Amino acid sequence: MPKVTIDGHTIEVPEGTTILQAARMIGGDVTPPAMCYYSKLKTSGGYCRTCIVKVTKGSEKDPRPMPKPVASCRTTVMDGMEVQNNSAPDLLEARKGVVEFLLINHPLDCPICDQAGECHLQDLSYENGLSTSRYEFKRREFEKIDIGDKIKLHMTRCILCYRCVKVADQVCDTRVHGVINRGDVAEISTYIEKAVDHDFSGNMIDVCPVGALTDRTFRFKSRVWFTRPMDAHRDCKTCCGRVVLYMSGNEVLRVSARKDQWGEVEDASEGRAGWICNECRFEKKELKDWTVEGPRNIDRHSVISQNQYLEKKNLRIDVSNQKQIEEKAHN
Amino acid sequence: MQLTNRSQIVVNKQMTFWEKMYLPAIISGLAITVKHLFRKRATVKYPEETRPVSAVYRGWHVLKRDEQGRENCTACGLCAVACPAEAITMTAAERKKGEEHLYREEKYAAVYEINMLRCIYCGLCEEACPKEAIFLTDRMVPSDLLRSSFIFGKDKLVEGTSPETKIDISQRTNAHRKP
Repeated sequence: MPKVTIDGHTIEVPEGTTILQAARMIGGDVTPPAMCYYSKLKTSGGYCRTCIVKVTKGSEKDPRPMPKPVASCRTTVMDGMEVQNNSAPDLLEARKGVVEFLLINHPLDCPICDQAGECHLQDLSYENGLSTSRYEFKRREFEKIDIGDKIKLHMTRCILCYRCVKVADQVCDTRVHGVINRGDVAEISTYIEKAVDHDFSGNMIDVCPVGALTDRTFRFKSRVWFTRPMDAHRDCKTCCGRVVLYMSGNEVLRVSARKDQWGEVEDASEGRAGWICNECRFEKKELKDWTVEGPRNIDRHSVISQNQYLEKKNLRIDVSNQKQIEEKAHN
Repeated sequence: MQLTNRSQIVVNKQMTFWEKMYLPAIISGLAITVKHLFRKRATVKYPEETRPVSAVYRGWHVLKRDEQGRENCTACGLCAVACPAEAITMTAAERKKGEEHLYREEKYAAVYEINMLRCIYCGLCEEACPKEAIFLTDRMVPSDLLRSSFIFGKDKLVEGTSPETKIDISQRTNAHRKP
């Protein structure tokens, strides 16, 4: 078992673990941010370079430092490796540069973006970015398209992390969209509009770290911090049916998969990722379709937990009562 | 035991005939009244006359339009989340084709309401606004008899498009600007 030291924290990890995974095992501030790496998707990572770390000692056998910052999501640990993340000021400077590059074409239209409040790029630019841009040229402009029946694509916001492509490859078995062209004209697209219709294609919305792919059924309905996230489940034939309902009163505004502290889909059962099907995500917008478990535990530093100062027990929604009301209305 | 030297001994003295007439008291009281007639008035005749207020006075909000007359507000909800009194509510809507001259961005506030009874005029909404859409002005909120008439919708908040109905906030933004 190799031993790795990250920012002074030593941990023993299994063979083949990447530096990022080891840092996540330690947890806290040690963990580098990641925009394209997604532990539930194979071969993801290596594109965005936000997870770069400084390796000051390669291994016990070869103690030379690595010459450049390395992408921690793709570099496996070696025995005796010493890694610096927050403790290296020059690395943080390098990461600032990466963030600036990611924001070159990003419109920063957070006030109108549905992802705002749960956007990884927003967090990243807040922590590392400059408040002004040094870019003097015209940003890339694209038409907003409906990539699927219920999915909106804002290509201007995309950072080309390839996560949605991996979802189409690994979660849906057919892929009809991808990255077209190359270099600075590369874009996510389908050749035919509204072509993405696979049963699990909605998971692209969940994996998208920015607001490029958003839920059309939730479009401009509410800001996410005015909703109340509730854990809920239903008996679904196609997926695990374990979701988070974003509610306003007794109205379900949006359904998403459950995400862990890294913003990735939680495991449902037997170590399988809890991807949810499009039926659960887009069709089941009635409270009676779901068994509500209780309020979702949101990190209290998140804007989503703003203004939710009610006791947890008061947040519970009386589902039985709601059903009775609806039955009465039906009769 | 005497605790303070301010205590006075109460005497129940009978008033004299001259004192019972109350004439000196009435005359001295009237003299005070007449004296005040010639003094400078402490009040103004509002609303015909208003007092000068500071450039950063925080009164009735305005939702600004840009120089092309399009609404600045995109219903981002930051004012509502910043509001300590939870006075602001809004509903967003998507701009349709042909409405580009009305709203600056693809999302706009279809409903924007401020409960003026809840509002504490702290100005945090103005601080929070990323689009320079909401400003507090020197206008005072008029009184009314109904609670419901204090919920100000877009009809009372958005400024007009014509130059006469535009609301000048230049004083305010200049005062905000750091030297």
